[in-house]
Amino acid sequence: MSINHHLSEGLILAYAAGSLPEAYSLIAAAHISMCDDCRAAATAYEALGGAVIDDGDSAALCQDSLAKTFARISAPALGLPVVVTPKAPSVLPAPLQDYLGARLEDVKWRNVGMGVRQCVLKTKGSQTARLLHIPAGTAVPDHGHGGLELTLVLKGAFSDKTGRFGVGDVEVADQSVEHTPVADPDMDCICLAVTDAPLRFKSFLLRALQPFFGI
Amino acid sequence: MEVMDKDWTALLLRVRDHQDRAAFGALFTHFAPRIKGFLMKSGSSASASEDCAQDVMATVWHKAHLFDPSRASVATWVFTIARNRRIDVIRKERRPEPEDLPWGPQATLDQGEALIIAQENDSLAAAIATLPQNQRALIERAFFADLSHAQLMQETGLPLGTIKSRIRLALERLRHKMMQ
Repeated sequence: MSINHHLSEGLILAYAAGSLPEAYSLIAAAHISMCDDCRAAATAYEALGGAVIDDGDSAALCQDSLAKTFARISAPALGLPVVVTPKAPSVLPAPLQDYLGARLEDVKWRNVGMGVRQCVLKTKGSQTARLLHIPAGTAVPDHGHGGLELTLVLKGAFSDKTGRFGVGDVEVADQSVEHTPVADPDMDCICLAVTDAPLRFKSFLLRALQPFFGI
Repeated sequence: MEVMDKDWTALLLRVRDHQDRAAFGALFTHFAPRIKGFLMKSGSSASASEDCAQDVMATVWHKAHLFDPSRASVATWVFTIARNRRIDVIRKERRPEPEDLPWGPQATLDQGEALIIAQENDSLAAAIATLPQNQRALIERAFFADLSHAQLMQETGLPLGTIKSRIRLALERLRHKMMQ
């Protein structure tokens, strides 16, 4: 798979650090599933996180902390990264299959106009993650995103004035980018798109992500 | 007194293979206060951080069999567990993880490659330790969720490029093996 459009370093760092909102983490995990370059970068940032903890300040523990931990050891384990494996061959990477809880053929699509269909995935926070199904040769109607919009191509391809995006490519667009993605003429395009509510952007994401995009 | 260059991997493997409580105690003494410190710096109360640190260390015991020294250092592995617990318990969100690659007995890294990755991890830790205090603080803040400082990461001169290309090469080899 030849991937030309990647997550920004800032987004990969924030994903590895665990500070991205859930919907953005989902698209990051989906892209990393498809992209070895970004997987390597995320792994490197996790190593940096390990070094930061190792080198970081200690906080004094409660006196019986170790004894309490041994007492817990009989309880079920929590918090380990879940090993995510694909359930069946699919154009959807495993983390998306996990969130969708259905096969692509069983997705309950909702029409949003011009033949474009969407399915919103359940994530916490003010962002929205949606699968988009764009018929071949069709332009996505103006969906007026106010903040950061990430779009990952899962099947087919689309183009806008910033370039062409094929399977595995992710478009990182801030609100200054006015774009009208058009699906390739020969194949329907399926994407995962994550957008932020404009009002929310002003409070959290603008502050959090502004430096990465220079906006 | 704490020995600085303890072999955490060997201790964790003793926990994994022999349920060695003394080895676990040594890991606990080193990592638990650091996890608690990390969580408190991330904005959690002392009691929530204590609770979460115990939780993370209990997970280290339980899941020691999943630790693969050719993929990550003990510190990195512990960090990912602490990070996920912070998201789960403190933010109450899910953590989407990338699709796992079929690492394991069928597709392990070469010993030499694993060693190189371990050395890159060590040199990364060493590089952080030698940074001036203000630069170290900037990197730490990126991991304590204060992202506004993260862009300055690019200017710290840390050998991240090297570790990234090492991992990239290892992934390429792995993909190649999988196709055979």
